[in-house]
Amino acid sequence: MTHDHDHDHDHDHDPIGHDGDPPAAVRAHALEELLVEKGVLAREDIRRRIDWLVSRSPSNGARLVARAWVDPDFKARLLADAREAAAELGLDAGPSPIVVALENTEDVHHVVVCTLCSCYPKALLGPPPDWYKSLAYRSRTVSEPRSVLAEFGLELDEDVDLRVVDSTADIRYLVIPRRPPGTEELDEAELAKLVTRDSMIGVAEAAAPAMTS
Amino acid sequence: MSFVPGQKVRVARREHRGHHRTPSYLKGREGVVERYHGSFTNPETRAYGETGLPERELYLVRFDDGVYADIYEHWLEEA
Amino acid sequence: MHDRGGLPSAEPIDRHEHELADWELLADALVGTLGAAGVLNVDELRRGIEGMPPEEYERASYYERWLYSVETILTEKGVLAAGEVDARL
Repeated sequence: MTHDHDHDHDHDHDPIGHDGDPPAAVRAHALEELLVEKGVLAREDIRRRIDWLVSRSPSNGARLVARAWVDPDFKARLLADAREAAAELGLDAGPSPIVVALENTEDVHHVVVCTLCSCYPKALLGPPPDWYKSLAYRSRTVSEPRSVLAEFGLELDEDVDLRVVDSTADIRYLVIPRRPPGTEELDEAELAKLVTRDSMIGVAEAAAPAMTS
Repeated sequence: MSFVPGQKVRVARREHRGHHRTPSYLKGREGVVERYHGSFTNPETRAYGETGLPERELYLVRFDDGVYADIYEHWLEEA
Repeated sequence: MHDRGGLPSAEPIDRHEHELADWELLADALVGTLGAAGVLNVDELRRGIEGMPPEEYERASYYERWLYSVETILTEKGVLAAGEVDARL
């Protein structure tokens, strides 16, 4: 698009929008306006959805894990039906029909990936980190998982059964990391603080007690 | 076609134009059924605005390199 | 292009994370709200993303792909007229 300027400067004419917004931001706002104007969506529903998104965090999943660590019966229920178990704690497990908790043990370590897109238990962990959605993570985790884990600083013993779960359908997977040693004296709330988001994806172990204060 | 946990299966080596959730790297691979998740609407047709009915059975399948994936019944064959 | 499992990649995992920008939250919320309204389902969203030309897919950021898909699918369904979003920019 060419036009005449009276003033002297070099610039590109970016789409008109809020100062400094990238083009995608302008598109998103334009799309919202159109959909609201057409009556397809109500603005308050969009706002409510944003509120829901920003209120999701890994502390939700961490509560499930901490309860499972202290209560073997709860753990059994969590492993049988994570959605129901989450509901016991007043947690919304999200729209997926089924949520499955995968238990890490001394002999078995799970890590979750979505090679086809970025399926992730958002309701329990908040939005996925950029690396989870990256092309590198999606390609490499199924073919060289130990190498990927090593980049996260996690080295597993050779005889550990490493299970890479590719979330190809609408089942959402949540890893229950192992309870760290030396945590016998901690209560559930303190234990929940050790359960990191990365440990519930499976690229890390839960934090050791000395690391948090 | 129903499968049971422990059953040996093979992922169909089949081209599919259009949306489907069977990754290429698993097509043609042999595995063992780990779990039956239940039946769900078919994403291959839902992706084009259809209802996704009839529902299709979904299985968690274990492959010999430690990869597990959720595969729909119509992508599995007895092995 | 979306089917990434096992693709050769020597790329290290970039562990840098960015907090979602407002427009990204908006994009996510638009999809969720469209879903709840029965206008666009997650399988359509994925299909729309998978239809992106490969170079665009690789170059686009995560939520740029979502916006591309939403616009494509809603135009296909006649909810949006072709070029309607462009006209609004």
